[in-house]
Amino acid sequence: MAQITLDQLAHSYMPNPRSEADFALKQIDHVWEDGGAYALLGPSGCGKTTLLNIISGLLVPSRGRILFDDQDVTALAPEQRNIAQVFQFPVIYDTMTVAENLAFPLANRKVPKDEIEKRVKDTIAMLDLGDKARRRAKGLTADEKQKISLGRGLVRYDVNAILFDEPLTVIDPHMKWQLRTQLKELHHKFGHTMIYVTHDQTEALTFADKVVVMYEGEVVQIGTPEELFDEPAHTFVGYFIGSPGMNVLPCQVEGDRLRLGAQELVLQRRYPQLEGTVEMGVRPEFVGLSANGDGLPITVSAVEDIGRFKIVRARIEGRNFDAVLPEGTEVPANATAVIDPRRINIYQDSHLVRGEA
Amino acid sequence: MEKIQNNKAWFMVLPVLLIVALNAVVPLMTVVNYSVQDTFGNNVFFFEGTRWFNEVLASDRFHGALMRQFFFTFTILAIEIPLGVAIALAMPRSGFWASVCLVLMALPLLIPWNVVGAMWNIYALPDIGLLGFGLNWLGIPFDYTQQPVSAWFTVIMMDVWHWTSLVVLLAYAGLQSIDENYYRAAQIDGASRWAVFRYIQLPKMKHVLTIAILLRFMDSFMIYTEPFVLTGGGPGNTTTVLSIDLVKAALGEFNLGIASAMSIIYFLMTLLVCWLFYTITMQGEKQ
Repeated sequence: MAQITLDQLAHSYMPNPRSEADFALKQIDHVWEDGGAYALLGPSGCGKTTLLNIISGLLVPSRGRILFDDQDVTALAPEQRNIAQVFQFPVIYDTMTVAENLAFPLANRKVPKDEIEKRVKDTIAMLDLGDKARRRAKGLTADEKQKISLGRGLVRYDVNAILFDEPLTVIDPHMKWQLRTQLKELHHKFGHTMIYVTHDQTEALTFADKVVVMYEGEVVQIGTPEELFDEPAHTFVGYFIGSPGMNVLPCQVEGDRLRLGAQELVLQRRYPQLEGTVEMGVRPEFVGLSANGDGLPITVSAVEDIGRFKIVRARIEGRNFDAVLPEGTEVPANATAVIDPRRINIYQDSHLVRGEA
Repeated sequence: MEKIQNNKAWFMVLPVLLIVALNAVVPLMTVVNYSVQDTFGNNVFFFEGTRWFNEVLASDRFHGALMRQFFFTFTILAIEIPLGVAIALAMPRSGFWASVCLVLMALPLLIPWNVVGAMWNIYALPDIGLLGFGLNWLGIPFDYTQQPVSAWFTVIMMDVWHWTSLVVLLAYAGLQSIDENYYRAAQIDGASRWAVFRYIQLPKMKHVLTIAILLRFMDSFMIYTEPFVLTGGGPGNTTTVLSIDLVKAALGEFNLGIASAMSIIYFLMTLLVCWLFYTITMQGEKQ
């Protein structure tokens, strides 16, 4: 187990990258703490798999270094880095039994026979595969195969990190939840550093202590699930995390006054003079509807009843604006939107600006 | 949906039955017919029972041809299958050179069989052929018209040159179907090059290799044109394999009974070996 340091790391798939846009992964500096559970979250093509492959050693970065504890591993091959990786589609060796599959990485490393036997037994117990140990790995269900993929990492007690590349994509929904829970338990019990790539926010938020949100090759925010929810550092994080995503509207800010079309709101914080595109963001959860005319005039276009809550789809100044209402709340006719001013974030060119209290 | 039972549907199958009957069943039955009868011409036939079969099975000539046939078939399989797999493994997996390799590999398969025979005939001639002349120049006595070893060497080389490509193309297709992540996982598991071959590539190539072996077995058992053009079964009868012997008996000596009995024995043997091979290799699948 190790602390992983990304030192001025960047990668381009082109041999001679010229501009920023040529980089699939823009410069990143970050330290993954030993024993942490991290999720790399972002849409397809945002560079998260590139980053994962750089950590595992399947890809050599164009720039920068990667350190495991104090050792520079940038030039080392995957098998020399002592990491494990679970891929999107389960990889099993068809011709071997489940137990042989688990023994494979140890046998390749010339671990003594009795030691292999003991570790394989432990791993099988850990993954609840006891009844399947002696059968051929071919023809198992997708979740069992994925457990074997994971088991081939766990069986090596001393792996520096376990990397997951969207491991639950091909798993049935009800098994997804179960596997995720099991994964968390394993993490608590053994404290491996785990890095989990996904585009599913639920997976990321439930699995990880810290979520790294990536967008267009850049890390836009690293934070706990609460931080991502309360203070998205980038409007993209606001859209991407939460369902429905954050409402983002162009506005003007002067000191602690926010002007939205013809309306004016008083903010909790004071802001300096802002240049470029200024936007406000508020989560639909912090928007209420009022029947007596205070707040912003909106046009309700649809109401989706999700059961536990209602999503009100509306338009404000010609832009989409959502509100989430608790179960059983009536949507008034001629409703106006009441925004909790403490929950308003201000963005300048898509990046969060923190005002003074 | 309720299935409709209507026996008139059988009429729909009739055209196919008719074609199959004309091109497969009737000729086969003619051979069966010849194999149990004797004739002295004028379309007069006498029933002979199993006489031809007994004669063929007891004759040294048939045993000799059969042994030579097995020697030929197993030698070319033992060379072509490993060589084909090795070439497929060495070929680039994508890009411009992958296409170039594929085209190069397909070339020998596109050449008509008698041309292949003629090519090697000239290529191996001891006085003017590049191969034959070259070997003699190096001090290795080589003359496929006189020496059995040289003749065998040339016949086998010709078949390897002609048909290894087929194994390469099949094995290559099998390799291409392997997902990139298998190699990555194996790398992380610390697998050696041999382990990758043994546990990933070979299992994934199993089906195509089964097909390759079956095709090469059947084709080499039927081989006629190339050795006929190249050596004509000689020197003496040292390269006379089954089909050459068969044609000699049927058309050279006009021994229709013997030739028919040989054909049937020969057909049943191919069928048996293919069935055995297929059953054994597919056995593992069902478990």
